[in-house]
Amino acid sequence: MHEHIEQPSRLLTEAPTRSYHLIIKTTIVALIVMGTNAFGNYALKLGLSDGAGVSSWSPMPYIRALFHPWVIAGVLLMLGWFLSRLVLLSWADLSYVLPVTAFSYVLSAALGIALLRESVSNVHWAGICLITVGVACTIFTRPGTTPPGGSEVP
Amino acid sequence: MKWVLVALVVIPGTIGDVLNSAGMKRQGELDEWSWRALARFGWGILHNWYVLIGLPAMALSFFALMALLSTTTLAFAVPATASSFILETALAEYWLKEKVDWHRWAGSILVAIGIVLLAL
Repeated sequence: MHEHIEQPSRLLTEAPTRSYHLIIKTTIVALIVMGTNAFGNYALKLGLSDGAGVSSWSPMPYIRALFHPWVIAGVLLMLGWFLSRLVLLSWADLSYVLPVTAFSYVLSAALGIALLRESVSNVHWAGICLITVGVACTIFTRPGTTPPGGSEVP
Repeated sequence: MKWVLVALVVIPGTIGDVLNSAGMKRQGELDEWSWRALARFGWGILHNWYVLIGLPAMALSFFALMALLSTTTLAFAVPATASSFILETALAEYWLKEKVDWHRWAGSILVAIGIVLLAL
């Protein structure tokens, strides 16, 4: 009898807790995805502009480029990006992950401004604003809209 | 050659992303953060055929992007590949059966336009 009384009240307290847990979990993993992507691109850009650039159909220049220290750092960060993105995709939709993690483009631009002293034109600022608005449009939707286990996935 | 590289960035990248998403949905949510749970999750990825097929597709897309960035300017490479956002959102709605409402469509379109502007 006690169980019948306690169950509804437990459900009422568990639902907001689970929702809060989901928001925290999604935010932390999305930040890792964005950070590894932005710093990975930055490291690759440094490596490729430091003589490791490739423009051939032969695999050898690509293999040689992989031994450049900045390219190694970039590849490791991109591996972290790939794995953290898989973790995020385990509960969040692709149509949610794509726009939300695109904020890494803004982070990359910020890194370019801060570390590479790149100039930012008005058009660039417009791009940064549009990406931020795009992320804001998506971030307040529910991360997952398909049933657990992906029963509808082909 | 540059349009071949754009196709090699966009098409395998899109296929890889959609397969990874389908694979991870099948595998299920990571809801515990212990080392054992992470190892079990990693082991699951190694046996997930969707991810195993998606991985080489994404690697091909990545190397094609490296080659594209080495042969063309950022102003050409980034806008040309931003189209994958719209393509992937459409595939997420029609193939992965995600509920893509107008907020998400607006988000994807604004982000794609923003990326194009950033590259100019």
